[in-house]
Amino acid sequence: MKTDINFTVNGEAVREAIEPRTSLADVLRDNLSLTGTHLGCEMGACGACLVLLDGAPVHACLVLAVQVAGQKIETIEGLNNSGLVADLQEQFHDRNALQCGFCTSGMLMSAHALLSQNSMPSRPEIRDALSGNYCRCTGYEAIVDAISATAERRSKIVEGVQ
Amino acid sequence: MTTSKGHIGQSHRRENALRHLAGRGRFVTDLVLPRMLHAAFVRSPMAKGKIVELDVSDAAAASGVVRVFTAETLNDMCAPWTGVLDHFAGMQSGAQNLLAEKEVLWAGHPVVMILAHSRAEAEDACELVMLDIEDEDAVVDGEAALAGGSPLAAEGLDSNLCFQTVLKTPGLDEAFSSAAHVVEGNFTFGRHTAVSLEPRAIVADFDPSTGQLNVHQGTQTPYQFQDVYSRHFGLPEGKVRVIAPDVGGSFGMKLHVYHEEMATVAASLKLGRPVRFVADRLESFLSDIHARDHRVKARMALDSNGGILAMDVDDMTQIGAFSSYPRTSVAEGNQVIRLMGAPYQMPDYRGRLSVVFQNKVQTSQYRAVGHPIACAVTEALVDLAAEELGLDPFEMRQRNLVADDAYPYVSATGYQFEKLSHQASLAKLRDLMGYDALRQEQATLRTQGIYRGIGIAPFVEITNPGATFYGVGGARISAQDGAVVRLTPAGDVYCAISVTEQGQGTETIIAQVIADQLGVTPDQVKVSTGDTDTTPSGGATWACRGAGIGGETALRAGRKLQEQILTLAAAILQTDPTLLSLANGAVVDTATQHERITLAEIGRIATYRPDTLPKGCDHSLTVAQHYAPTGYPFDFTNGIQASYVEVDIETGVTRLLKHWVVEDCGRIINPLLVDEQIRGGVVQGLGPAFFEECLYDDMGQMVNASLADYLVPMAGEMPDIEIAHIETPTLDTILGAKGVGEAGTAAAGAAAMNAVNDALRPTGARVSQTPMTPMRILTALGHL
Ligand code: FES
Ligand code: FES
Repeated sequence: MKTDINFTVNGEAVREAIEPRTSLADVLRDNLSLTGTHLGCEMGACGACLVLLDGAPVHACLVLAVQVAGQKIETIEGLNNSGLVADLQEQFHDRNALQCGFCTSGMLMSAHALLSQNSMPSRPEIRDALSGNYCRCTGYEAIVDAISATAERRSKIVEGVQ
Repeated sequence: MTTSKGHIGQSHRRENALRHLAGRGRFVTDLVLPRMLHAAFVRSPMAKGKIVELDVSDAAAASGVVRVFTAETLNDMCAPWTGVLDHFAGMQSGAQNLLAEKEVLWAGHPVVMILAHSRAEAEDACELVMLDIEDEDAVVDGEAALAGGSPLAAEGLDSNLCFQTVLKTPGLDEAFSSAAHVVEGNFTFGRHTAVSLEPRAIVADFDPSTGQLNVHQGTQTPYQFQDVYSRHFGLPEGKVRVIAPDVGGSFGMKLHVYHEEMATVAASLKLGRPVRFVADRLESFLSDIHARDHRVKARMALDSNGGILAMDVDDMTQIGAFSSYPRTSVAEGNQVIRLMGAPYQMPDYRGRLSVVFQNKVQTSQYRAVGHPIACAVTEALVDLAAEELGLDPFEMRQRNLVADDAYPYVSATGYQFEKLSHQASLAKLRDLMGYDALRQEQATLRTQGIYRGIGIAPFVEITNPGATFYGVGGARISAQDGAVVRLTPAGDVYCAISVTEQGQGTETIIAQVIADQLGVTPDQVKVSTGDTDTTPSGGATWACRGAGIGGETALRAGRKLQEQILTLAAAILQTDPTLLSLANGAVVDTATQHERITLAEIGRIATYRPDTLPKGCDHSLTVAQHYAPTGYPFDFTNGIQASYVEVDIETGVTRLLKHWVVEDCGRIINPLLVDEQIRGGVVQGLGPAFFEECLYDDMGQMVNASLADYLVPMAGEMPDIEIAHIETPTLDTILGAKGVGEAGTAAAGAAAMNAVNDALRPTGARVSQTPMTPMRILTALGHL
């Protein structure tokens, strides 16, 4: 009863035979060994499993793998390799905005999505944008700091260029 | 001695954070082993009942299923475990085994284990199990459980009372009869749970050809589990290896013995192949330990100046159907009654503790065991007293906190404090928060119908526990930690240590401590943790021992290696070792700081050319060190927190505006990590104060067992948290570090409750139940 689906993950074309009930998260983790996408609740509440589907963050635990046929998925591994979030990662590192690291991939996805829509979010806007991401370790403040610092740095670079 | 100091006390970033930021963490949930099977459990749908029929034949025949186990086919693998300790005289608990036999004791109690090629197939097969349970009256409420005629929570118990004790000073009655004022209150603290973002996870891998059991487990305490698996499954300890790689949050929850983990090990032993169990979120709510669940009656006697004379406290802790193993479910209540009034000069005290069984999942140690309860009750009474006497809350504390020059000090409950800094912390907090301006703002806003409140809460936190914590009660929980430190042939440093890392930064602070002893930088020190085969045994991470005990172990190991290197260098250089020291990756002349020989050269000679060394010269470059605290039975840290909240008295909704912490954890090894430990801890204290609660119905069913219904604090609801420090190092160790992981959690809820009640004060309403939900606030206001 398995169906073949083709999609792109982190720029690589993949073809996987899967059961229709399999979630995107399970295919990424189990079939493709992309274990940076974490599962904290498997019901769309915690945000640990966020990935980019054609550029927009989605809960990989709620998306069925068959739904992504022909589309582009970006996971934390891809985002990391592309260098697109290198400055965010650095700010997270500086500010110790992660402890156990289980929420971190999802946090980076949300932060990346926020900053691509709103280049200078206020702290309340950042806190709001993280409303789908649970972190049990950090108390959130360091994460907010890191995102805010990244926005500031990016805006300075843009100003510098102009 | 060391010349290149300076890494201790610095905000070093965590090297291991880089892996997580790249999506390359290594969690047990990520592990796949060849021929691995997946486990799922059929759980009791009822809180209490007798199993009258169990038929697993359809499940066994289902697609993908390899084996189905019931109590009958699995329990004989394992010696049952019982959560009692000798020093809690008279405590009782039923023995626990892998799968429920005959009776089920809480909704969620595992009855059948199914192993299949995938988790989905195992879960599908769970649906095919025929389980018939004859429903019995569940014991849901603790007070009802103690009333005459209540059914028992489990067969074989004498009563529903697990444990009872009373602490009392001789002057108690006199203190109350002579008191100028007595204030009192009844408090209810809800059940909540850890909600570690990574659920419990285990992969057990038994190889029958060698008799070796490898267990990959998301736990804080690998050595404890090595001992448990070895004893309960009758395996030689040397054949049991427990590996705890990255752990996605634990907070005390991942150090208890659970049915599912034990059954997973048993199944792997039976089948001789890897078996994996990863709880899903629903299962986590039904089977992870819950925490707190206290009802407290308390009163406080005061003299006419507001001096605290005594407290009289009655705590009922409701713990579920069993006492947890191996730490027991009594430790929390025991700490509650001993921490009451701890920051204050209070001559007299009576504390009564009753620990009660119910048909719910067990409660046990979770971050800041007992502290939030003791702190919330004490501080609520101190605020009530201040109100009655017309004193400002700061003034009230100043009159009563133990003076900074009064140490050593023994509390009315028998705790020995080496040296704390309550008065200095109080003064620092007042400045930090700009108290006077806040009071003014509060008064102005009140005239506009805005209700804001300020609450403060001093606290003490227990850290660096020694053998008197559990060891005296017969528990096999290590009070010591161990480290092996060596210089590699290339001159790098490697440390294997028993304290474990769950993101607190253990590996980083150990590297900092060792770097300072050996004159290298922390990035030249590779630290490995969490594997019983490759690190020396020890207590690992619980009750804040990473920095205080682990750090001291590392320091002493580092100094031993330093001495060994200097002796070897002196032999090579034909000089006296006392003239040499270590700095910048080399042996230097102490007087001139001139480099004499690099560590890399020492490593090279010792490893490849020992023949050139003088005869009998020790060139091992490896030391082992174990350390257990020997001074005070445990250390205490102290501090104070403040909360600023706004209560909407129409809707009952509370907004947290700001939170402050002044904290004294002794010597700070890494300020960056300390501050984040505090912030994370504060949020774990505010969560249960406002949102988190495991709700049960009258039948003992948990009714909000999902992340959609159970409220976890989110970024948008949490305030910014400002932190300041005072450093009073413990003189018991060379390093002087205490712990900090639980400080945030200890007092955040107490400060918040005082703040809410301060906001409500003009209305005459009071809240004394957590979480302080809008409903409860509206009820207190008489709107409901
Ligand atoms: S695992 Fe997908 S949102 Fe939690
Ligand atoms: S760092 Fe542990 S959950 Fe966020």
